Amino acid sequence: MSAGVADIVADVVVVGAGPGGIAAATRAAESGRRTVVLDEGAEMGGNIWRHRAGDGVPTQARKWMARFARSGAMVLNGASVVDARATSGGDGFLVTAERASLACRVHGRALVLATGSRERFIPFPGWTLPGVHGVGGAQALLKAGLSFAGKRVVIAGTGPLLLPVAATLAGAGARVVLVAEQAPARAVVGFAVGLLTRPESLLQGARYRAGFFGTPYRTGLWVSEARGTERLEAVTVTDGRTTREIVCDVLCAAHGLIPNVELPRLLQCEVANGAVVVDNHQQTSRPGVYCAGEATGIGGAELAIVEGELAGLSAAGSATDVELLRHRLRPLRRMAARMEHAFAPRAELRDIVTPDTIVCRCEDVRLRSIESGWNARQAKLYTRAGMGPCQGRVCGASLEFLFGWHADTVRLPSEPALLSTILAGTADESADSLHQGA
Amino acid sequence: MTDTWIVTIVADGRELRVAPGTSVAAALLGAGITTVRRSVTGEPRGPLCGMGVCFECRVTIDDVPYQRACLVTAKNGLRVTTAQQDAS
Amino acid sequence: MTIATRSDAIVIGAGIVGAACARALAREGLRVLVLDAGFAAGGTTAAGMGHLVAMDDSAEQLALTAHSLSLWQSLRHSLPASVEYDACGTIWVAEDGEQLEAVAEKRRVYEEHAIASEVLDARRLYALEPNLRSGLAGGLLVPADSVIYPPRAALALLADAQTHGAVLREQCRVDDIVDHGVRIGGETLHANVIVNAAGAESGRLTPELPIVPRKGHLAITDRHPGFCRHQLVELGYLASAHVLSTESVAFNVQPRATGQVLIGSSRELVGWDAATNRGVLGQMLERAVEFMPMLARMSIVRTWTGFRAATPDKLPLIGRWLPIQGLYVATGHEGLGITTSLGTASLLADLVLGRTPVLDAAAYSPMRVLAAPAAAR
Ligand SMILES: Cc1cc2nc3c(=O)[nH]c(=O)nc-3n(C[C@H](O)[C@H](O)[C@H](O)COP(=O)(O)OP(=O)(O)OC[C@H]3O[C@@H](n4cnc5c(N)ncnc54)[C@H](O)[C@@H]3O)c2cc1C
Ligand SMILES: Cc1cc2nc3c(=O)[nH]c(=O)nc-3n(C[C@H](O)[C@H](O)[C@H](O)COP(=O)(O)OP(=O)(O)OC[C@H]3O[C@@H](n4cnc5c(N)ncnc54)[C@H](O)[C@@H]3O)c2cc1C
Ligand code: FES
Ligand code: FES
Repeated sequence: MSAGVADIVADVVVVGAGPGGIAAATRAAESGRRTVVLDEGAEMGGNIWRHRAGDGVPTQARKWMARFARSGAMVLNGASVVDARATSGGDGFLVTAERASLACRVHGRALVLATGSRERFIPFPGWTLPGVHGVGGAQALLKAGLSFAGKRVVIAGTGPLLLPVAATLAGAGARVVLVAEQAPARAVVGFAVGLLTRPESLLQGARYRAGFFGTPYRTGLWVSEARGTERLEAVTVTDGRTTREIVCDVLCAAHGLIPNVELPRLLQCEVANGAVVVDNHQQTSRPGVYCAGEATGIGGAELAIVEGELAGLSAAGSATDVELLRHRLRPLRRMAARMEHAFAPRAELRDIVTPDTIVCRCEDVRLRSIESGWNARQAKLYTRAGMGPCQGRVCGASLEFLFGWHADTVRLPSEPALLSTILAGTADESADSLHQGA
Repeated sequence: MTDTWIVTIVADGRELRVAPGTSVAAALLGAGITTVRRSVTGEPRGPLCGMGVCFECRVTIDDVPYQRACLVTAKNGLRVTTAQQDAS
Repeated sequence: MTIATRSDAIVIGAGIVGAACARALAREGLRVLVLDAGFAAGGTTAAGMGHLVAMDDSAEQLALTAHSLSLWQSLRHSLPASVEYDACGTIWVAEDGEQLEAVAEKRRVYEEHAIASEVLDARRLYALEPNLRSGLAGGLLVPADSVIYPPRAALALLADAQTHGAVLREQCRVDDIVDHGVRIGGETLHANVIVNAAGAESGRLTPELPIVPRKGHLAITDRHPGFCRHQLVELGYLASAHVLSTESVAFNVQPRATGQVLIGSSRELVGWDAATNRGVLGQMLERAVEFMPMLARMSIVRTWTGFRAATPDKLPLIGRWLPIQGLYVATGHEGLGITTSLGTASLLADLVLGRTPVLDAAAYSPMRVLAAPAAAR
C-alpha cells in the first residue's frame, strides 16, 4: 500500500456532516454500526450548523452534536470526497477522500450520501466582481470569521434565506441597506400564510424581521447590475419599470438552493428534477446507497434530520422508530414543496444578462459565445463552459435557468483532486486488503 | 469570547492577525484583500460561495497551488499567495 | 423531415473526419449534406487528445500521417484561434540505451518521408523538459508535430464547408445506406455520392467493415502552464497501440493551450462500455507518474473515455465500397483520426473526382477487407 494512504474499515460511511449526515451517523452508530462521517468543511455542522469554535451554536444543533459525540461515530473533517464506488469484491463501497493533500480511503458496507445543497446563482452584469457573495455564502464567511461591521450590504435574490441572513449580518454590525426579494409580494405572502400551519416557523420569521428593523424589505425587486472596477462599488436594482442605484460594499445575491447530486450521480443513483430519488427507506436506486437531506430536495434542516435518521437506521439495518419518522416527514415535505413554488426565479431575470455577461466563471465564457440551440454538452465542448474546476457546479444552474439545459454528466473525480488521491482510489480495494480501522 | 490568543498568517508577504478558527478566505477579505485570484482572462475574483463549491477563492497555500481558501483554517505561519493569474 | 435541398454528396457523421470530407467535397463544388445522429464533433472527436503526429507503425501509416501534417501546416494560418493550434512538437522519450538506439532508426525512417527530427541526448532532453524523471536516456524531437483542440477544429472545417454551400443537419440518424441514398426513418435521401464517416459506429451502417470500438481513458489537470512544452510520448507507445488484443497503457502527455496537462493513454476492447475503468485509469496514471513524478501532486479536474474505430490491420478504411453503388467509406482511424482527417479528405476527394491521388489509394481501400476477411495481423 502506498505511503500516506490512511485506510479505515467501517459498516456505514456517511458523506456530509450537516444535519442530515449527523443524524444519519448518530442513528447508525447508536445501532451498533461502526460509522465514519466525512466532510469537506473544517468544522462539523454543514451549512446551517457550522460554527466557529466558541461561538454560539443553535440549541437543536447542540443537542445533535452531543448525541453524535456519544454515539461513537467517527468524523473526518477537511476530507473532500472525490470518488465513491462499489468494490470489485461486491462487499460494499469504497469512498476516497482528500485530506490535507493526502488520500484517505474508507470502506463501508452501506453508504449514506448527505451532500446537502448549494446556492443557485443566476448571472447578471457584474456578478463576478469581488464583494459579490452568495447569501448563504456571506453567512458562511461571517461564521468563518469575516467581519461585516460597518459594511453597507445589499441582500438580493430569492428564498427564505434572505431574511435570516439579513438579520445575522445586521446583528454582526453590518448596515443592511436593502433586502430585495425578486418574488412578487403575493407569492411571499402566500408562503407566509402557508407557514401558519407551522407557527414556530412564523415566529422565526418575525424574529428575523425584528433583527434588522429599519431595513427596507422589498418584494418584486431584483439586481440588474453590479458595478465597480477592481471590486464592487454599487448595484442597480429594478422592479422591471424603474431602476435605482445603491452604493454598497457587499452584495449578497443568490436564488435559492439546489441539491448537490454530483457524488450520487457518480455512483449512478437515479436523479430526477435535479434531486436524488429515494424510496421510503431513503435508499437510492442503488442498493446499499442511501441519501438524506437536501440532496434529495430542498427542505431545510428539520427535514434533513428526519431523513438522516431514517437513512442512518436503514443503512444500519434497524427498524426502530421508522414508522414514527416517516410520519414526521410528511408535513415537512409539504412545506418544502410550497417554498419551492413561492420563490421560483422570475422570467425577467433572463433579460438582464447581456452578451458580455460571464456565464461560466471558471472559464470566463460570456453569454455571447453560447447559442440557444445547443445543449449543455455542446456549450461545454464548444466554449469550455462547465469544463472548469467547479465542473459546472456554478454555471450548470445558470445555463439551466437561461437555456433550460440539464447539467452534463459527472465523471471521476467528483471534484478536482490530486492525481495521487485518484490513484489511491483506483487501487485494489477489497475489504480484506485493508487493515481494520474505526 | 475572549481572543486571548491570535493566529498569524502571511499573505503575499504581509502578516495578518486573526482569531483562531478563522478561514483563510475570511482572513484575506478581512484584511482588505478582496481580489484573491485572477480569472483566466485576468479579471479580479474573490470568494463567492464561502463553502467550497465555486473555486473562486483558490490561492496558493504553503506552495500548494489551487487551494480553496474558504475550506482552510488559518494556522500560525501559514503562507498564502493570492491573485495569481491563471493562464488563458 | 424536410431536407428539400438536392445534394450531390451526403456525408454521414460530423466528426472531424466527416467535417474534413465535407469541406473537401464542397470545395470541389459538390452540394454536400452532412448528417449527424447527435451534434457536430460530439463523438470520438470530443474525446481525443488532438495530437497531430507523424506515426510510423507502417509505411502506409507514415505516408498518410506525413501527408496530413503537411495539409495541417498549410491550413494552420487560416484556422480560428479557437482551434488552439500549437506547433509544440513531439518528444519520443527513450528510457534506456536500447530505446535510444531505436531512436536513431526512427529518425532515419522519418527522414525518408521528409519529416525533420532531432535525436536528443539526456542533457538536451532535460533542458527541454525538466519535469521528466531522472535517469532517462534521451529521445527524438519531431518539431513539426502539433496539438489542436479537436472539437473546434471539426467546427472550423464544417464552417468552411458551409461557406462552400454544405448543409449540416444534426439530431439526424441514418438507419441504412442504400444504392445512392440513405434511409432516415421512412424517408430516403438520394445523392450520387454517399460517405460513411460515422467513426466507431460506421460498422453499424456497413456491417462488413471490421471496425471494433477501442476504448481509451484520458485525464486532465488544472492549469500549470509550462509544466511540459512538448507532447511527450514514450517510445513504447507504438507497441502499446499495435497489439490489438490486450489491455495496454502508455505514457503520453500533452500541454494544452490553457496550461492544462492532458494525460493519456489507454487501450481496451470492452465493447461500448463507456464507464471509467478504475483499474486501467490507475495504470495509466501510474505510468504517467513514472515519467513525470510531479504529476502526482497536480490536481485532476476530470477524466473521461472515448472509442477509437480500430481495424485489424491498423490502417483506416478510405475509398469506394463497391457492394453499394455510390458508397465511399472514411473510417477506421483508431488513434489517429484527428491527424489523418485532412489526408483522408484529400484522398477521398481525389477518388470521388476520378483524379490520381497523391497517396497509394490501394493501401487504404476498404475493399481489402473483403479480399482478406477480418485478417488480424
Ligand atoms: C482536448 C480536450 C480537452 C478537454 N479539456 C477538458 C477540461 O479542461 N475540463 C473538462 O471538464 N473536460 C475537458 N474535456 C472533456 C470533455 O468535456 C468531455 O468530458 C469529453 O469530451 C467526453 O466526456 P465524457 O466521456 O465525460 O462524456 P460526456 O460529454 O459527459 O457525455 C458523453 C456520454 O458518455 C456517457 N457517460 C458519461 N459518464 C459516464 C460514466 N461514468 N459511465 C458510463 N457512461 C458515461 C454519457 O451517458 C454520455 O452519453 C476535454 C476534451 C478534449 C478533447
Ligand atoms: C482517448 C483517445 C485519444 C485520441 N488521441 C488522438 C490524438 O492525439 N491524435 C489523433 O489524431 N487522434 C486521436 N484519437 C483518435 C481520434 O479522436 C479519432 O480517430 C477521430 O476523432 C475520429 O473522428 P471521426 O469523425 O471518424 O469519428 P467521430 O468523431 O466519432 O464522428 C462520427 C460521427 O458520426 C455520427 N454518427 C454515427 N452513426 C451515425 C448514424 N447512423 N447517422 C448519423 N450520424 C452518425 C456520430 O454522432 C459522430 O458525431 C484519440 C481517440 C481517443 C479515444
Ligand atoms: S463556473 Fe463553469 S465550470 Fe465553474
Ligand atoms: S468561496 Fe467558493 S470555493 Fe471558496
